[in-house]
Amino acid sequence: MSSLSPPQMTSDVAAPQAGRGFGMLQFLLPVVVLVISVAVWDLVVRINQIPPYVLPSPGAVIGTLIADWDILWQSLLTTLLTTFEGFVAAAIGGIAMALLFSRSKWLEFSLLPYAVILQVTPVIAIAPLLLIYLPQQTAVVVCAWIVAFFPVLANTTLGLKSVDRNLAGLFKLYRATPIQSLLLLKLPAALPHILGGLRIAGGLSLIGAVVAEIAAGSAGAGSGLAYRIAESSYRLNIPRMFAALLLLSMAGIVIYMLLALVSHLVLRRWHESALGKES
Amino acid sequence: MMAEPAARLSDSATPRGFAIKLAGVSKTYDNGLVALAPLDLDVLKGEFVSLLGPSGCGKSTALRIIAGLIAPTSGQVQVAGRASRSIGFVFQEPTLMPWATVRDNVRLPLRLAHVAREDADRRVSDALARVGLAEFAETYPRELSGGMKMRVSLARALVTDPDVLLMDEPFAALDEITRFRLNNDLLVLWRELHKTIVFVTHSVFESVFLSQRVIVMTARPGRIESEIHVDADPRDESFRTSAAYAAFCREASTALARASERKGAS
Repeated sequence: MSSLSPPQMTSDVAAPQAGRGFGMLQFLLPVVVLVISVAVWDLVVRINQIPPYVLPSPGAVIGTLIADWDILWQSLLTTLLTTFEGFVAAAIGGIAMALLFSRSKWLEFSLLPYAVILQVTPVIAIAPLLLIYLPQQTAVVVCAWIVAFFPVLANTTLGLKSVDRNLAGLFKLYRATPIQSLLLLKLPAALPHILGGLRIAGGLSLIGAVVAEIAAGSAGAGSGLAYRIAESSYRLNIPRMFAALLLLSMAGIVIYMLLALVSHLVLRRWHESALGKES
Repeated sequence: MMAEPAARLSDSATPRGFAIKLAGVSKTYDNGLVALAPLDLDVLKGEFVSLLGPSGCGKSTALRIIAGLIAPTSGQVQVAGRASRSIGFVFQEPTLMPWATVRDNVRLPLRLAHVAREDADRRVSDALARVGLAEFAETYPRELSGGMKMRVSLARALVTDPDVLLMDEPFAALDEITRFRLNNDLLVLWRELHKTIVFVTHSVFESVFLSQRVIVMTARPGRIESEIHVDADPRDESFRTSAAYAAFCREASTALARASERKGAS
């Protein structure tokens, strides 16, 4: 496999000194794996003449993606909106809960176990119940929230507890009010942890939204991507299932990258995690 | 071992001239650890006093009690003008907010006190100029060397123009060349600003070089083993190499050795 050292390596990408070849390799290797996998997939379908309703070829999937673009695009927007609502609710809920817990041990002791229970109970098992008691759109958002809020809560709590003891002493010495301590010390100190939690929550809210849509299934009036997958499955429209799946993973990747970018931009001037190789 | 009952001092009893007065101050932690045996200590206004002792002798505890960061188990603490944010504290680590620029770090005490922006800006610039960091105002702490971070910490302690400066082994983590330079600069600041300074250290040389009075403390629980008055004029680089300095250091070392032997003999 001498193709592993491709000629593009000499392109003038501004990478840090020593890590240059390594950085390119890190980017290229997954691409190589993708190309090989798709090629094998295509070959297997062709050689065995597998019919599209069992396993469509990559070309057929792309074709469906283009042909059904209007429907799929609308569904993608629906799912993304749900994900976004769930994510925002998880971010606000998780951070607010952590702040309350840090203020009151009573609240923490009373409520934390239930937060853990919500987290460890598989959401796919809760979703059908929520769909009975709540309007469908609300139920879907609540599912996204349930899955996503815990990492925000746990990370924010950790962040609030990791405030430098001497800095806290300094705030005490200068008689900072609780609000001053919160805004000038605790939240900034917890920020790297909070952003880490949000990065996890982004992907999880997509999962929560998808799970709820699947649970709602044909019974619902939903039109999200997961609903398209369920619908296509009943109709044996396998290429469209693949196309919808492809869009979902792309959405997940984009969400993750966006949140990683936000985290990097916010922390780049001071936090170790964002400083990279230059020192 | 029980602490003696706290000595009574009426509120108006701080004589003019005293910046800090500790009477029978002790600290026993919740786990029963006696960090500080009853301690009596008077520090004059404008005086430079060092607390010298082995690790765990309670010298940092005493400093934190003076600052009001921890409450004493017994005894009375009086700091002249305590009500008006008149204490500056320098920790062993620079203790800077990594997310804030040097300027914002130094501005913090003023911000917490709601000092008007313009006034604060001027005082921050003054404080930074005093420690020789005027050009680094917009830098983030991670970009500074250890000595520079310590200077920022010092500027932050000075920015409120406190009467009393409490320093908890501030230069212990620095290399010797940097430490000597900071020692010299600190003495200049002390002479120019007329601050009362209480300086905690475990370095005999540092305590003798810097302070007018070295208080040697025993190992846990901390008591005062002896006091050494260091008369030196001028107190500058020439003092560091003088015979008098060597003699004072020998005296302090002997006292420190005695204090360390007393460990556990409470």
